[in-house]
Amino acid sequence: MQIYVCVKHVPDTAANIKIVGETGYNDSACKFIANPYDEYAIEAAVQLVEKQGGEAVVVTVGPESAVGTLRSAMAMGAARGILVKVDSQFLDSDITAQALKAAIEADGKKADLILTGKGSVDTEGFQTMYRLAGAMGLPVVNEIVKLDVNGGKATVEREIGAGSREVLEANLPCVLGATKGLNEPRYPKFPDIMKAKKKPVDQKAISDLGVDPSGAKTRLLKLEAVPERSGAKMIEGAPREQVVELVRILREEEKVL
Amino acid sequence: MANIGVLIEIEGGELKGTNFGVLTAAHEQGKNDVYAFLLGEKADPFKDALAAYGAEKIVEVSAAGADLSKNPDLQAKALAAAIDEYSLTGMLGLASAVGRDLFARMAADLNLPLVSDGVAVDLDRKTVRKSHFSGKTFATIQIEAGVLLCAIRPNAIEAKEAPVEAEVVSFSPSVSDPGRVRVVEAKMSASDKMDLTEAPIIITGGRPIGSAENYKVLEECARALGPAAVGASRAAVDAGYAPHSMQVGQTGKTVSPKLYIGCGLSGSVQHFAGMKTSKVIVAINTDKDAPIFEKCDYGIIGDLFEVMPALTKALKES
Ligand SMILES: Cc1cc2nc3c(=O)[nH]c(=O)nc-3n(C[C@H](O)[C@H](O)[C@H](O)COP(=O)(O)OP(=O)(O)OC[C@H]3O[C@@H](n4cnc5c(N)ncnc54)[C@H](O)[C@@H]3O)c2cc1C
Ligand SMILES: Nc1ncnc2c1ncn2[C@@H]1O[C@H](COP(=O)(O)O)[C@@H](O)[C@H]1O
Repeated sequence: MQIYVCVKHVPDTAANIKIVGETGYNDSACKFIANPYDEYAIEAAVQLVEKQGGEAVVVTVGPESAVGTLRSAMAMGAARGILVKVDSQFLDSDITAQALKAAIEADGKKADLILTGKGSVDTEGFQTMYRLAGAMGLPVVNEIVKLDVNGGKATVEREIGAGSREVLEANLPCVLGATKGLNEPRYPKFPDIMKAKKKPVDQKAISDLGVDPSGAKTRLLKLEAVPERSGAKMIEGAPREQVVELVRILREEEKVL
Repeated sequence: MANIGVLIEIEGGELKGTNFGVLTAAHEQGKNDVYAFLLGEKADPFKDALAAYGAEKIVEVSAAGADLSKNPDLQAKALAAAIDEYSLTGMLGLASAVGRDLFARMAADLNLPLVSDGVAVDLDRKTVRKSHFSGKTFATIQIEAGVLLCAIRPNAIEAKEAPVEAEVVSFSPSVSDPGRVRVVEAKMSASDKMDLTEAPIIITGGRPIGSAENYKVLEECARALGPAAVGASRAAVDAGYAPHSMQVGQTGKTVSPKLYIGCGLSGSVQHFAGMKTSKVIVAINTDKDAPIFEKCDYGIIGDLFEVMPALTKALKES
């Protein structure tokens, strides 16, 4: 199986985001990692290749430093990486999808499966996989928690509300978005990290792929910190007094009961 | 005055309560004509409730000569056809498992921009506010297209009644799809528990809950509070005390209830990524220095196994 895994290079979720100007942030102050949901996709691809043979290739659209994210995916078992270089962290998801499509097609092998995460934790778009599938004319299912690939089709499960699940089938090749529950992403061991340093990474500029990053239909107007609460009002007293006071506040002051 | 569509979600034969906030967002204090779309459902049982929140047209959508129910691509295409039919300049829905999926399919199909998980919309200016960086920042996004598509975070926009006379119409476009994605089975959960994202009140138990059975303490309190759901932290899910469907946070569900009660939560960034936009946050923790007390509204220092049963009792008595 020829599997492509789309992995985004994102600030660590624990990183402090310092906003600069109207729409920027200080990215040199944050540690960058592979988008956490994309790790479920990498793990699924590596497991499929281990069982059924073939090759798992990681693709990212990002800055030069995103090579680090490709290396961590290769340490998990991907065979090689493709970096499509861009300047901005806030690329429109339609442009990202066009770049991913162009990079996968330019690789010259026919994809059997394309895996992504369910969403990126920086821009929280929840749509790149649908646009990629749309552009390539492939079926797509997102937020999968179970995957079975057999006989030219993928059988997947996704959560739909309180504990309920939907079972879906899609013909291969298809695009699938992974989420927590699909598997437990492995921690690469030291020798795997060393091996990953020697694996090939193909780098190209987005313009070399014929994709124009200026055609976006969304524009970021403003980025602002979510106001933090300034600290709790502590409710004192014995447990009985505390809860009675809490009920009174929730009812009379906050009016949420 | 613009024509704005709202995809209405029905679950277990009932209107989800979170639909009303979306209708309110579409209505914009009477600025717009609101079209409520029902996929493969009859409008009659829901007509009065939808009209009470400003839906002037209620549209029963089906596909001519095809079954919508098992094919998400066909559903998205039928909805996309409605945008044209009713000259809509906006279509809103819920960022639920179903809504997120359908809106993304529709956006890809029409090659239109989409904001998923929006928390505020301005249909006139075509801007949407949404979370970026796991809930740490808000981004305001300008849509540069004729139609604004947005799936709204459940409970993010407060519903306001705006009664109108509603008219029911049906729309049956001839759309087709090869059916390369098929729903083969729905495994419905046996319990009648409310989905976390739908719940107006959530009580969450963290790692110190200690076992699956101990969640009863929180469930009893949830019953005393009225419609409320019980959630878990990732630490509790990873320890096997609760299923992943109960997890709140960056790798779990994003919720925005009017009241969030966190019991035995330290207050991690990743947990807050999923519940920060709650209206009122209350924390119960044995440690007076727990970080959660710095980012919530009300705090009680105490053992959750003492405080929660006391709270249940106080609620029942008052
Ligand atoms: C990529 C990534 C994604 C993550 N995603 C999520 C996510 O989606 N959701 C999530 O929740 N976490 C997530 N986490 C984990 C997160 O960082 C924390 O580890 C986790 O939230 C801690 O859970 P907790 O608050 O239940 O437990 P703890 O941090 O162990 O805190 C327990 C608290 O309970 C208090 N306590 C102890 N006993 C009692 C008692 N009897 N009564 C009252 N209080 C008591 C303690 O003082 C302590 O403050 C993620 C982490 C990473 C790296
Ligand atoms: N710049 C990117 N490079 C590679 N993959 C990406 C990129 N942006 C998004 N993706 C993939 O698409 C998924 C959804 O992203 P998003 O639509 O931004 O939430 C992510 O989990 C990734 O797998």
